[in-house]
Amino acid sequence: MTDLSANQDQSVRQAIESAIAENAVILFMKGTPDDPKCGFSARCVATLQALESPFAAVDILPDPRLRQELSAISNWPTIPQLFVRGELIGGCDIITELYESGELAEVLGVQTPPEAPAKVAPGLDTAAPIEITNRLS
Amino acid sequence: MPTSEELKTRIEAAIPGSHAEVEDLTGGGDHFRARIVAQAFAGLSRIEQHRRVYDVFGADIGGPIHALSLQTRAE
Repeated sequence: MTDLSANQDQSVRQAIESAIAENAVILFMKGTPDDPKCGFSARCVATLQALESPFAAVDILPDPRLRQELSAISNWPTIPQLFVRGELIGGCDIITELYESGELAEVLGVQTPPEAPAKVAPGLDTAAPIEITNRLS
Repeated sequence: MPTSEELKTRIEAAIPGSHAEVEDLTGGGDHFRARIVAQAFAGLSRIEQHRRVYDVFGADIGGPIHALSLQTRAE
């Protein structure tokens, strides 16, 4: 039994690692971009949408092992977590700071749209995301 | 239930020379915001600065402390 559960955790970890490797921009969050279950996740979604940056999203709520293994991989204790080109960029605080300083667009390799607000409030932008994949669900 | 004062004390004890301001965002003792200035952050990326603070609390983050919003600066 122990071996079996170890193998299952290993496969969860591999699935997360593949998702990070295969998606240039990927957000691990609580809930989905259309229905975020946490204000911090909602704000990260709104921020990426304000920059019109395509992103993959993974809801970590359905399986507690997702959160556990993700934090083990990233050495980061909280959700959401944004990865760009395989590298952890940060959680909600860092993403918000980078957005407000203009650095997030550079990190994402996008131009800041002229209509992008100076600050993104949680739940401000509820427009449909441009691209979503949720390959871990 | 952790208090703002307890978080401030733990941060300042664990990161020498740091100054922390901690707010209890909801009054419920589980959602906090901390602003921390520490010389020890010099040369560290934002990620590394935040990890340094999260490390102070270990498994308490996501446990008794549901959320700890951080703003960190060196200098």
